[in-house]
Amino acid sequence: MYRYDELDQALVDERVEEFRDQTRRHLAGELSEEQFRPLRLRNGLYLQRHAPMLRIAIPYGLLSSVQLRKLAAIARRYDRGVGHFTTRQNLQLNWPALAQVPEILAELATVQMHAIQTSGNCVRNVTADHLAGIAPDEVDDPRPYCEIVRQWAALHPEFTYLPRKFKIAITGAAEDRAVTEVHDVGLHLRRDAAGAPGFAVLVGGGLGRAPAIGTCMREFLPCADLLGYLEAILRVYNRYGRRDNIHKARIKMLVRSLGAARFREEIEAEWQAGRAAAPLLTAAELERVRWHFRPPPYATLQDRDVTAGAEPRFAAWYRYNTHAHRIPGYRAVFVSLKAHGSNPGDATAAQMDAVADLAERASFGLVRSTHDQNLLLADVRQDELHDVWRELERHSLATPNIGTLTDMIVCPGLDFCSLANAGTLSVARDIQRRFDDLDYLYDLGNIEIKMSGCMNACGHHHVGHIGILGVDKRGEEWYQISLGGSTRGRTTLGEVIGPAVPRQDVAATIERIVAVYRARRSGEERFIDTLRRLGLEPFRTAAYALHPQAA
Amino acid sequence: MRCILRRREIVADDWAYPGETAPAGTPLIIPLAALRTGPQAGQLPLGVLLAPADAVEELAPVVAHLALVAVEFPDGGDGRGYSQARLLRTRLGFTGELRAVGAGVRQDQVFLMARCGFDSLQLAPGVDPRAAQRALTRYTVAYQPGAAGVSLERQRFFSF
Repeated sequence: MYRYDELDQALVDERVEEFRDQTRRHLAGELSEEQFRPLRLRNGLYLQRHAPMLRIAIPYGLLSSVQLRKLAAIARRYDRGVGHFTTRQNLQLNWPALAQVPEILAELATVQMHAIQTSGNCVRNVTADHLAGIAPDEVDDPRPYCEIVRQWAALHPEFTYLPRKFKIAITGAAEDRAVTEVHDVGLHLRRDAAGAPGFAVLVGGGLGRAPAIGTCMREFLPCADLLGYLEAILRVYNRYGRRDNIHKARIKMLVRSLGAARFREEIEAEWQAGRAAAPLLTAAELERVRWHFRPPPYATLQDRDVTAGAEPRFAAWYRYNTHAHRIPGYRAVFVSLKAHGSNPGDATAAQMDAVADLAERASFGLVRSTHDQNLLLADVRQDELHDVWRELERHSLATPNIGTLTDMIVCPGLDFCSLANAGTLSVARDIQRRFDDLDYLYDLGNIEIKMSGCMNACGHHHVGHIGILGVDKRGEEWYQISLGGSTRGRTTLGEVIGPAVPRQDVAATIERIVAVYRARRSGEERFIDTLRRLGLEPFRTAAYALHPQAA
Repeated sequence: MRCILRRREIVADDWAYPGETAPAGTPLIIPLAALRTGPQAGQLPLGVLLAPADAVEELAPVVAHLALVAVEFPDGGDGRGYSQARLLRTRLGFTGELRAVGAGVRQDQVFLMARCGFDSLQLAPGVDPRAAQRALTRYTVAYQPGAAGVSLERQRFFSF
């Protein structure tokens, strides 16, 4: 993974001191809350329902065991011993004290971490395919480019006060595991006829209000032009994006109002005009960063059948929680943060320590967070899988449900977030209880539920096969259900099926929806494919059967 | 007398805005709209005030005749002025005094402003000019290409 040099370290150290001074001035009454707000947000600090929330950046989801142990220690010392992994692959702490945040940032800086630009109207943490570098379907490893974009975006003098937040994701694989099509900018690594890497550039995707799928603005952008072209996009957005209405301020609204063709002309014109002053990504710099992501020293092994004669629980875990690896003899191991009865995406300090230990023992000392709110040990030898499984089981991290209905994406909702309209965690619990039987889950196969507590869509509900959105109706929590969203293979936005349902009916409604699938699926067909074949109607009808309370 | 930070020095402002009382002969910073109706000859040196929505491109024909461009930051959140400054410096070749002005010009923003090419800062009321002066040396490093107004020990990305 990338290791800081003196420049990188100086920048985060100086940032810590800047924020320490800002926090001191705020607490001394020299900086009003209004003045402090944009400053603390650019350091990932929100003032939430009960306490501040600190969002720590995990650039493109990659962590060393040392960093993960530090996160565990911080969660213990400054929080209540729990962290929440998010869809931007970051970690949120829900109970830090404002006065201690500079100290937390100083501790993070000792392990080459920070919370820079994890919130606020600026370029956010860059995300990537969690299988980057090991996926069999990859053109090139996106992580060196992610790191370069991370650096370029950090404290960018021109683009730190944008109209609204700005999210970039990069993938090098055929299957879009980084949901690039619903990002402000999505980059797809490609190769030209000569084999040189470059990018297809998508602009204007996004969730939240008025969700949109990104439009391809460039079929192939050479690597050297990456930063200059991003600057052109951001300059057009910074100058012309709306600032008078927060709900119309994302770049997707600018693309929509100008039209894709006109927007493309604007970027190309800006790119041509600004080229001479734009930052250049040199081959030497790319090589320098790429070196940090060179493959670990894999052993020469053969693939083996590790489940032959093994206990059924292990076999199920192998099937659901491990993934093919491009190197023979290795598998990628998902660490499920979706144990039934726990909050999706949460990990205790003890669990983080356990995963850090396992990473050192069995996966070259590295851990990844995934956008589905799980962790991943990317490089586990197949002959060590059984030991790894046992250790994960001991820490309730081996629930064999990856890709199944209870591997839900869920934002923290009303229990923590001051933006939320409705709770999400209790609904997640209800769903976990109702679908607690693993054989039932396996029979249902791949069903993706994504749930958000408000329109901001941190839980990505628009792109869930089943999306759940919490809404406030006269002070009560109700839930709007949508069907047909998806990200992998083909990005589609779900359609709301009808009136919202009350909290106590959400899990039962979902059960009636999946019952239609069970009754009418054809062969091995997945839920989403049955839905596409049949259309919404039978699902809608079933959802509202026996449902007099819908309003 | 108003103080400004010019090239990191705290100095008395020797410019005025229309309507301000100033000694005879003090040059004026006029809004872009006033420039459109034709600046009076003999009023040089001439300064222009850009509002956030103003297009810097409009200044292209006259930029060589301008001694000062002031860019307005009406609040802490509106970042259009940063792009206006970059464009003035890198595309229009403006070499005169580039001034940030408005309620958004505070000590926590001045480092970025200087990196975008501002060499003059008219701080918001209440901002301690010495604190702002110190903030200009808050960082010794940066990743992006930027103006020379801030001395950096290290920088990562460069332009052509």
